[in-house]
Amino acid sequence: MAVDRSRLPSPGPPLSFNFPEMRRATLGNGLRICTIEHHAVPLITCFVLMPVGSSQDPPDHPGLAAITGDLLDEGSGDLDALAVHEALGRIGAHLDTEIGADATLLELTTLEQYAPRALDLLASMVRSPRLDQRDFDRVRELRLNRLVQLRDLPPAVADRLFTQYLYRDHPYGHLPIGTEGALQSLRLDDVVAFHRRVYTPAHATVIAVGDASHDRLAEFVASAFGGWTTPAPPQAPLLDVAGLAVPPLDAGRVVIAHRSGAAQSELRIGHLGLPRSTPDYHALLVMNMILGGQFVSRINLNLREEKGYTYGARTSFEFRKAPGPFVFQASVQSEVTADAVREALAEIEGIRGTRHVTSEELELGRAALTRGYPRNFETSEQLGRAAVQLALYELPDNYFSTFVPRVLSVSEADVTRVAHEHLDPARLLTVVVGDREKVGPTLGALDLGERSEVAIA
Amino acid sequence: MNIPFVRHRLDNGLDVLIHSDHNCPIVAVNVWYHVGSKNERPGRTGFAHLFEHLMFEGSEHYDRGYFHPLQEAGALLNGSTNADRTNYWEVVPSNALELALWMESDRMGYLLPALTDAKFENQRDVVLNERRQQYENRPYGLAGMAIVAALYPPDHPYHWLTIGAAEDIAAARIEEVREFFKTYYRPSNASLSIAGDVQPDEALRLAEAYFGDLEAGDPIPPVMAPLAAPRQEEARLVLEDRVELPRIYMSWHSPALFAPFDAELDLVAEVLASGKTSRLYRALVFERRLATEVAASQNSREMGSFFQVVATAAPGRTLVELERAIAAEIEALIASGPTAVEMERCRAQAEAQFVYRLQTVGGFGGKGDQLNAYNVFLEQPDYFDRDLARYRSASAASLQQAALEYLRPESRVILSVVPHGRTAAALADAAPAVVA
Repeated sequence: MAVDRSRLPSPGPPLSFNFPEMRRATLGNGLRICTIEHHAVPLITCFVLMPVGSSQDPPDHPGLAAITGDLLDEGSGDLDALAVHEALGRIGAHLDTEIGADATLLELTTLEQYAPRALDLLASMVRSPRLDQRDFDRVRELRLNRLVQLRDLPPAVADRLFTQYLYRDHPYGHLPIGTEGALQSLRLDDVVAFHRRVYTPAHATVIAVGDASHDRLAEFVASAFGGWTTPAPPQAPLLDVAGLAVPPLDAGRVVIAHRSGAAQSELRIGHLGLPRSTPDYHALLVMNMILGGQFVSRINLNLREEKGYTYGARTSFEFRKAPGPFVFQASVQSEVTADAVREALAEIEGIRGTRHVTSEELELGRAALTRGYPRNFETSEQLGRAAVQLALYELPDNYFSTFVPRVLSVSEADVTRVAHEHLDPARLLTVVVGDREKVGPTLGALDLGERSEVAIA
Repeated sequence: MNIPFVRHRLDNGLDVLIHSDHNCPIVAVNVWYHVGSKNERPGRTGFAHLFEHLMFEGSEHYDRGYFHPLQEAGALLNGSTNADRTNYWEVVPSNALELALWMESDRMGYLLPALTDAKFENQRDVVLNERRQQYENRPYGLAGMAIVAALYPPDHPYHWLTIGAAEDIAAARIEEVREFFKTYYRPSNASLSIAGDVQPDEALRLAEAYFGDLEAGDPIPPVMAPLAAPRQEEARLVLEDRVELPRIYMSWHSPALFAPFDAELDLVAEVLASGKTSRLYRALVFERRLATEVAASQNSREMGSFFQVVATAAPGRTLVELERAIAAEIEALIASGPTAVEMERCRAQAEAQFVYRLQTVGGFGGKGDQLNAYNVFLEQPDYFDRDLARYRSASAASLQQAALEYLRPESRVILSVVPHGRTAAALADAAPAVVA
């Protein structure tokens, strides 16, 4: 059969997609359960979501939430640290702990036949970690060493400076790992008190997904977490990060961290963005797809495919409980740093109205988000993470069925409006981790605002 | 446990493998070409990977970037090159299968008419930036180059990393792209898998329609490789880098992918350094706090693998201490083999890993990618259960035997990576490493 190569086959109408049923329950101790059946592979993936991220760190202890999360698998109940991992290893279970700005998330994947044992281990870690002095000392030392190593890693240095200069004293103003000084002054008692205060069943949501019925999944969770009780006396409530004032946008400024002889400059350019609750969420997603959110975005096509300045450039909004950052990021050849910055700024300026979004760009951005949507829900892990988003950001259960129509309803005018309202080229913070001698002179010719140099510490 | 599939070989030699999985309305298209940096020559390195970039820049009947129409159809797509093979994949909504096959077949058959100097020069710059980002500007980023250069003789195709030497990339010429395409990018040197929400008959009909009329071409030239025998004496190297903490890399020649003892050494790596209860983590990080991190891996490749242990010194600790501690653990493993508990654990982990690998139809390591791997390297796309059997049949004795044969101290390459100006922090008698 001869095929027609004169034009591309069109993919047909978008496929309908239904998120599987979620069932919810609340245990007597206040712990919320969500179950999702997924029978493709004989596995169970279980998430414990604690709405406790680095933004809950006390001002004098940046890094406390993260080290607490890190210590959960360092011994619990009758098992010491090695025994916990021995037990997990013998059933081939995989445990992962993530600490972000808004939450701590534990993820455990196991073969279905070992689910009760695996969930018991998981519950024990969360409820009653041993928090021994020895383990605390060891883990703290590892985190301090990690901080030392991060000084060599340009992306990590850039992220740290960007976060710090953008948010200053706001709870989002530090990375989860914290700082050297804070970790050094931290005591085990701080961790114990923090755990007691924030790791309570009423704060926890457990999401179980996999190859078992809703009833069985719920039973596994109830049996493992049902006996968890809240310590008396009542503890102080969590900090309401969404309710705090965010720092006002500064005038534009540049921060340069000198890395002599660096082959590339690591760039972060951005300002505060929007919270997850913004009504402009879908319009911002589409706008960002066009600006820098996919390979065929304006920014990547310009900086990579046209100019060859970089291996890749992108922009993103991080939507959190409180406004997360909007940021452009790229690693660019040192000699073209100023050119790359100028092009990125021109693209940000352009999408605000000087270079209107075309109907083709709009179509592409919307289609990429909607037509590819079902592949975000292939595995138990993906389904569980989707449910985590609902729980963390208090989104309705029908959220996934409304996503596609809402994205498709975004218009060209919406894109220009949200770009105009939410991007402000005059107030961008530019962070450059690179060689001052190669970068400085040409960068100085750009009008980026007050300039400062910092040491990589 | 297996990945069921139907297989059909087209007249031009292209293998088509189809796996149905209706869990999610998506389908993964995956093409492997049996060419990688091992097909390059000294002085012309980095070419296979640079070529991969050009495969995304348009072909005769769609002479624009490949990302646009595929992302517009909802695809996730990528490609990768290693020493042995190059792969390209798309995960698309199931009704965009034809689009993906149209595009994959067009670049397999008709790349060159769309090739221009401008595209070539642009992607050469992109690749040089990829190299800067992933190697030159990254701590310890050049260690891998120093190690393979010491493990393999200069005319061996594993002597260089796939990214290649910067000067070779800069010197690449567009004529070489044409030659490379004609030599290696042909149906008989490729394997196509289609995995996901498809009916096998329909998928096969489309594959036949789009790929069936591509020219078979000549057989590809064999790879000329001198024998890379295990070293007879230890090599000690030092590399200065912009790092705070010194790091030690120990590397040994080991059996090729799927050869006897390849699976055993994978398990030896688990016993040594996977998880907190592993021997090296426990000794070096947990108990003695000599190291901030430790890793071990069997890096399996078609023409011969290498086994590697890597550890980063904790502040105030020396690479000499690290080397002694690592050597002692390996010696102990060679002397007594793994314990029954260790065997139970590493087999349970391996077994679970095989199940975890069945979760996705596409992308790197998805089911479509695995079918192609088994097909290209073994011509046995149904190898999944036998692959698992390799791990199930490994015993404490066979792990011990593998460690004894391959992890000999006298055949190591030891690289010390130290902060600039602190060569004294390296192991004694280390020669400066050569990195391109």
